[in-house]
Amino acid sequence: MNTLTVSVVTPDGPVLEDTFEMVSCKAESGELGILPGHIPLVAPLSISSVRLKGPNPQRSAVSGGFLEVRPDKVTILAQSAELPDEIDLERARAAKERAERRLQAKQDEIDFRRAEYALKRALNRIEVVEEK
Amino acid sequence: MASLRDIKTRITSTQKTKQITKAMHMVSAAKLSKAEEFAKSFDPYSNKIKEVVASIAGSGQDAEHPMLQSREVKKTAYFVITSDRGLAGAFNSGVLREVYRTIQNRHKSQDEYTVIAVGRMGRDFFKKRGIPVLKEITGLSDQPNFSDIKELTAETVDLFIDGEIDELVIFYNHFVSAISQQVTSNKLLPLTDLSENTSGNSSMYEYEPNQQEILNVLLPQYAESLIFGALLDSKASEHAARMTAMKNATDNADELIGDLSLQYNRARQAAITQEITEIVSGAAALE
Repeated sequence: MNTLTVSVVTPDGPVLEDTFEMVSCKAESGELGILPGHIPLVAPLSISSVRLKGPNPQRSAVSGGFLEVRPDKVTILAQSAELPDEIDLERARAAKERAERRLQAKQDEIDFRRAEYALKRALNRIEVVEEK
Repeated sequence: MASLRDIKTRITSTQKTKQITKAMHMVSAAKLSKAEEFAKSFDPYSNKIKEVVASIAGSGQDAEHPMLQSREVKKTAYFVITSDRGLAGAFNSGVLREVYRTIQNRHKSQDEYTVIAVGRMGRDFFKKRGIPVLKEITGLSDQPNFSDIKELTAETVDLFIDGEIDELVIFYNHFVSAISQQVTSNKLLPLTDLSENTSGNSSMYEYEPNQQEILNVLLPQYAESLIFGALLDSKASEHAARMTAMKNATDNADELIGDLSLQYNRARQAAITQEITEIVSGAAALE
């Protein structure tokens, strides 16, 4: 079976580098599945989980990222990316509640947008952990 | 001549100072190696993002984005990176002097510029001189995470996109080596030198959904990564500068202690000689 080298890189250092058979992720324009031999591609990712399939499947919660595909290599560049066991579930839940409170309070627009992003990130993290 | 006791006190106090500077020197050395490691782990990200941005910019089609366009400069923002604490030799004063001179030379009125300050030393410097500080961040840890600084960088880039500022210049200490740091100024926004470093093999990507959308996401991230890179660079410089400063202080203390010990011994010997003379002359008087 053909494989892909996948590396997930953040400003704080590489998070993951391994070979997988398939990458499945959510780009801003919709779900994307990448198999070995894909044409070179660049796409921004939404705040979502990246699922890496193969003998040792892996998931990662990604925010502020994009995807670069080469025929045998996939690089995911993200402002933050975590593996399920790195996620602090308590903290994510607290962040979710905080963001929800802020959204209820309906302050000015910038705060609103920021809270919305925070909520998305928190939900994404919780989802990645609980998917197990 | 100072009395024996006075000299002794000075020696002890210098020794205590030396102990402190020596400890600070070693702490900075340890922090420096960590900071270098940290800067290294950021490299893969910055190289990759640079590569992708360059490949889009160099793909021939005119990619249009406000962040790529130079416009008439009505307001310049200076992004100044300093440390929170002093005792680092010329680390802060070098950057601040450079910024201050640039501002004095380029601008006549306060409406033409603003400052974004990282680090307490920089913020206090500008506040004291009545220079407007638009945003500030202090108390960054020695090994900053991207999430610590993300808000500031995102807000800064937004300022440019919204047209509040027309130019962003960053000032920081570039880490050359453990004994040499260089004050560097870089024009960060608008991004102008993208296509210079295009490598040949990468300009055939497929873009999903299209180039424009990707630029919208990518360019702010790229600019943010540049700021973060400068910050890591400056942190490494800070530790290196403090290490050198503390090394010098320790050496100076050593020298001072040497001089004082010499003085102390001379004074001690003079006292002994005097005592002997007194005893001898006393005995001579009895004969």
